[in-house]
Amino acid sequence: MEIWRLPISASQRGKLISAGYTSLSSLSSISSSDLARELKVSESEAMNILKVASHSRGSETSNASCSIVEGAQSAWDMLHDEESLMHITTSSADLDNILGGGIHCKEVTEIGGVPGIGKTQLGIQVAVNVQIPNDFGGLGGKAIYIDTEGSFMVERAFQIAEACIEDMSEYNRFLRKDFQECKIKMLPQDILENIFYFRICSYTEQIALINYLDKFLSEHKDVKVIVVDSVTFHFRQDFDDMALRTRVLSGMALKLMNLAKRFSLAVVLLNQVTTKHTEASFQLALALGDSWSHTCTNRIVLYWNGNERYAYIDKSPSLRSASAAYSVTARGIRNSSSSCKRIKMM
Amino acid sequence: MANKLISEIPLPKSIANVFSARNVSTAKDALSLTEFELMELLDVGLTEVRSALLQISEIVAPPYQTALSLMEQRFQNEHLGGHFPTGLKGLDAALCGGIPFGVLTELVGPAGIGKTQFCLKLSLLASLPTNYGGLDGRVIYIDVESKFSSRRLLEIGLRSFPEIFQMKEMAQEMAGRILVLRPTSLAEFTQSLEQIKVSLLQNQVKMLVIDSMAALVSGEHEQGARRQQTLSWHISFIKSLAEFSRIPVVVTNQVRSRNHDDASRYCFQVQSRDGAIETPMQYDSHLVAALGIQWAHAVTTRLVLEAKSGERFIKVAKSPISPPLAFPFHITSSGISLLSDDGKEVMGPEINAIHYQGHNEIINFGMEGLH
Repeated sequence: MEIWRLPISASQRGKLISAGYTSLSSLSSISSSDLARELKVSESEAMNILKVASHSRGSETSNASCSIVEGAQSAWDMLHDEESLMHITTSSADLDNILGGGIHCKEVTEIGGVPGIGKTQLGIQVAVNVQIPNDFGGLGGKAIYIDTEGSFMVERAFQIAEACIEDMSEYNRFLRKDFQECKIKMLPQDILENIFYFRICSYTEQIALINYLDKFLSEHKDVKVIVVDSVTFHFRQDFDDMALRTRVLSGMALKLMNLAKRFSLAVVLLNQVTTKHTEASFQLALALGDSWSHTCTNRIVLYWNGNERYAYIDKSPSLRSASAAYSVTARGIRNSSSSCKRIKMM
Repeated sequence: MANKLISEIPLPKSIANVFSARNVSTAKDALSLTEFELMELLDVGLTEVRSALLQISEIVAPPYQTALSLMEQRFQNEHLGGHFPTGLKGLDAALCGGIPFGVLTELVGPAGIGKTQFCLKLSLLASLPTNYGGLDGRVIYIDVESKFSSRRLLEIGLRSFPEIFQMKEMAQEMAGRILVLRPTSLAEFTQSLEQIKVSLLQNQVKMLVIDSMAALVSGEHEQGARRQQTLSWHISFIKSLAEFSRIPVVVTNQVRSRNHDDASRYCFQVQSRDGAIETPMQYDSHLVAALGIQWAHAVTTRLVLEAKSGERFIKVAKSPISPPLAFPFHITSSGISLLSDDGKEVMGPEINAIHYQGHNEIINFGMEGLH
């Protein structure tokens, strides 16, 4: 790695290069006092530069398989991680099926669709379902709901929470087979208490919040899902410089991916649609541009097919392209009730 | 919060000086740049940039609330938990109390269907005292097309609430609470909006009606994408106005005919020919809501008013809480009223379709009672 890639200030870099230090190996054998004299900087600054250089060069690790490349993990080790991956159910078995069990933790999933298709509904459902206790196959975690448009309705969240608890009681009764009325001790209010709600009014606040989440999550380690509804709204206006928008968005996506991996949680980003002119016709496409479409790990498009709502896996590193029908009911997201539902493999 | 000055944030002196030397004065300036761009600009190392950004972010980020405390707050402080009853029982039941506070509710429909009538009724209701189901406050009515008729307003008042409106002083008091603005251009509208935001809370304004949003924009010369951009600032502003003042905002929208530019399929839909069911609605209605898809995303509740086989319907096309229901309605001398409180559930994207059939008879029938 060359000097110009080191995370040091421009003037320090300039001094290093003009003093003749262009590669990391040239810094490996010099002491900090010599360097300070050569560069005409203070000794503490020189120590800092050497520390950064040695850190980038790679230090000894305890894991033998990583001694070849710093920070790498072998694919065999990763297989174990992938198999123990947790999912968050969407309450629709068909949808869970094509998703490979549900919304994946440790990954960023983007969900987009036309207005009224059910994005916010799915967001609220996921924020409720993440709280399903371990005994019922859930994560027993808390949720962060970042609302940029004001579409979060508490009454709806209450309805969905109530229905979720009723379903769990039903399941419990079925499992025990003794037909007794065994109520779950959870109340819808408890579920609502575990949803941390943030209201964002500008893109600056959105960026600031995502920066701050690192600290927040260290203090609230049981958060298992972050829902951003919608990630698009504040970025569709206010930006005259599109290149800056792309840079800011990709920075944000990277931070979210980082959070997902470090804290083992799922990140769900809800996106809007726009029209795109391709091949002499106008088509619908998710907003924020082509560069953004690369940044998310998984991409699900919600659309109308006839009279049914369908979800289509547009992009995923491990799931097959497929679509499944779902419906939005008074109880939340559920399987579609039509008899001709079938999972279409594309 | 976005315009918070860096000088007001407790940062270490050295980096605060560098920020101001490089003209990065607000939090927005600092957060709009990536970490590496800031490093280049300020000539400091990564760790310092990171810690400065973290401190700025912590101050600028909004505080959180649990959904439970949000609900409790709303039910304690706000009228009916944050809903404004419209007086149309079926609609109010579907919307969980009425028109929600703090977000945009859109009324879209063809000309003459009853959007302005609905707005007049709502304005009247909002001015009434709370024991009559009102919000007991002022209403700001932005009347772009000069459709506001105070005579009609008082007629509605007289027929619906005779006990109040028969007394001249009461009628004057109620009508006096409705403030009508008539901006002649988008620029004037923008100015009035900014003034409104400042005086909202002091002047006890409890509702904002904009009739109609589409007329404001259609007067401008730009087309297509440029028009979208012009509008996006206004969308953002009106939403933030609604949000921070927690009042219901009702906006009316026009319709336009669907043209070949209107996309309705994704690229993966076009490819698969087998099994894809043709949407029947495409051939049925040739009308779509004006103002585009960005606007459609921005409104929280969309109520479509249409005329089908001689009957008028009000449909809940987009709502976070209501299923897609259609209620038949008609216009009488006492305003708008539902013919049935049981809505008919509409399946699929049909709920978004706007029909305009058998309309001519309706205009003649309805107008008799009005003059």
